[in-house]
Amino acid sequence: MRIYATFVYLFLYIPIGVIAVFSFNSGRNASDFAGFSVKWYGKALANPFIMDALKTSLTVALLSALFASVFGAMAAVALQGIRGPVRTAFDAVINVAVMIPGIVIGIATLIGLVTIFEQLNPLLDAIWPFASAAPRLQMGKTSLVGAHTMFLMALCIIIVRARLAGMDRSLTEASSDLYATPFGTFRQVTLPQIFPAIAAGFLLSFTFSFDDFIIAFFVAGSETTLPIYVFSSIRRGVTPEINAIGTMVLGASLFILLIAQTLLRRGSRKVK
Amino acid sequence: MTQRTRNFLLLAPAGAWFLLMLVVPLSVVLIFSFGERGAAGGYVPAFTFDQYANLPARWAAFRNTLVLAPVGTLSALLIAYPLAYFLAVRVSAKWKMLLLVLVIVPFWTSILIRSYAWIFLLGGRGIPALIEFIGFPAIRLINTPFSVLVGIIYGYLPLMVFPIFVSLDRLDKRLLEASSDLGAKPWRTFLQITLPLSIPGIATGCMLVFILLMGEYLIPAILGGGKVFFVGNALVDLFLQSRNWAFGSAVAVTLIVVMLATVTVYMRFMARLSANRDDVSLI
Repeated sequence: MRIYATFVYLFLYIPIGVIAVFSFNSGRNASDFAGFSVKWYGKALANPFIMDALKTSLTVALLSALFASVFGAMAAVALQGIRGPVRTAFDAVINVAVMIPGIVIGIATLIGLVTIFEQLNPLLDAIWPFASAAPRLQMGKTSLVGAHTMFLMALCIIIVRARLAGMDRSLTEASSDLYATPFGTFRQVTLPQIFPAIAAGFLLSFTFSFDDFIIAFFVAGSETTLPIYVFSSIRRGVTPEINAIGTMVLGASLFILLIAQTLLRRGSRKVK
Repeated sequence: MTQRTRNFLLLAPAGAWFLLMLVVPLSVVLIFSFGERGAAGGYVPAFTFDQYANLPARWAAFRNTLVLAPVGTLSALLIAYPLAYFLAVRVSAKWKMLLLVLVIVPFWTSILIRSYAWIFLLGGRGIPALIEFIGFPAIRLINTPFSVLVGIIYGYLPLMVFPIFVSLDRLDKRLLEASSDLGAKPWRTFLQITLPLSIPGIATGCMLVFILLMGEYLIPAILGGGKVFFVGNALVDLFLQSRNWAFGSAVAVTLIVVMLATVTVYMRFMARLSANRDDVSLI
């Protein structure tokens, strides 16, 4: 049993380890280890395409995570006190959002937005009051943030809702018995309790958006995110530079995940 | 501010966002699937079932998906179950959490980079070279259904372990003691108590993995080398290369319908199985 588990852990971590080891390879050839060197990290960090892609990915991930966690938490709090058709509609939409494959989200956003833009762009040209050309609506960072936020908002609603469901009702009742205003109760009782869930939702959303390839592949337009850059490089062949990027990305997500994990656990301990 | 307006204001951003970014786009896909392809790609309004009639043209992608998704799910289950059992039943409370987190964490890291690692391991200089070194004839592993299967298991194992672990962890351990006190052999305890009581976890895990696999693109694209392709790969081809939006939409709608149908049948089956479970636990 123990031996079996060891094997599974090796299976899970050897591939990651191999990438990390080979990222320190000084040789040009990706599959022969020639000696220890950090030069590929330097090359990766000096590559303007990689840095641009990284900047795009970070901007999109930050905005998506922010919108998703804030709007998601707001919706989760409101949904708690609602029954009837609005609740049913939201439940249905949330389920659809997390159930349908990412690739379908990508496709739908692509053709949905392009169709809307095709209608709006001539309209914008017609009403544009200045001499210069009217701005054109097109796929890019905004559509990326739009698609990521949509999916991640559903995820954040689920996370915050789970925390709300685990909350002790008597605390909010006590608060209103003691003449706290609804907003006062929310700020002083509910918010501190759900805050770890919101923060964890933010961090999970950030990592998801940062790592997402398939939605971005359809929706990014002419923008390049880091996963899109890595994917097209892999297509051209394995290089130590990609290993270095991969190791950095894995390291960064591991770090963020550990924080998210700690927050979620600390949150659940407090509630109990 | 009344409670009504407050709830409305709280729900408005999320509601508008879902409407614009999910409901409208999905409706567009549905509408386009009944349309026609424009001369330069894109979409021409029409109402026709031609796109659906043309589906057999992409039969190979559906066949691969419908074979490899269940096979991948089952393989992941077979590998995940003993590990979940080990973590839930055999490991001391002190190590349990850490070991569980170690299983789950890879799932939240980039699947792109994790799949890429297997190009390394399964490629000519990796495991095949090792096999040759030991003295066996060299075999080709990369760009085969096998490499795609390895990628699938590797990518989705964490998602399978977690729900099974949860159901086994909740299992009342006194049942196991009672069973052995009453003279049941370990395997009998397992078959009659542990396994039936972990069915909800198995069901959740299989469904999660299966749903994600139905829409998979990256793993076959990276480890299948264009020879092993899923519906996802056909969709990328139709939307990004040939720009055949009408036919692509029909393929996407079909994918969702097939997925929903499979999941519904599966849930019915699982519901019946856990209904039987009640009989088992009563005995």
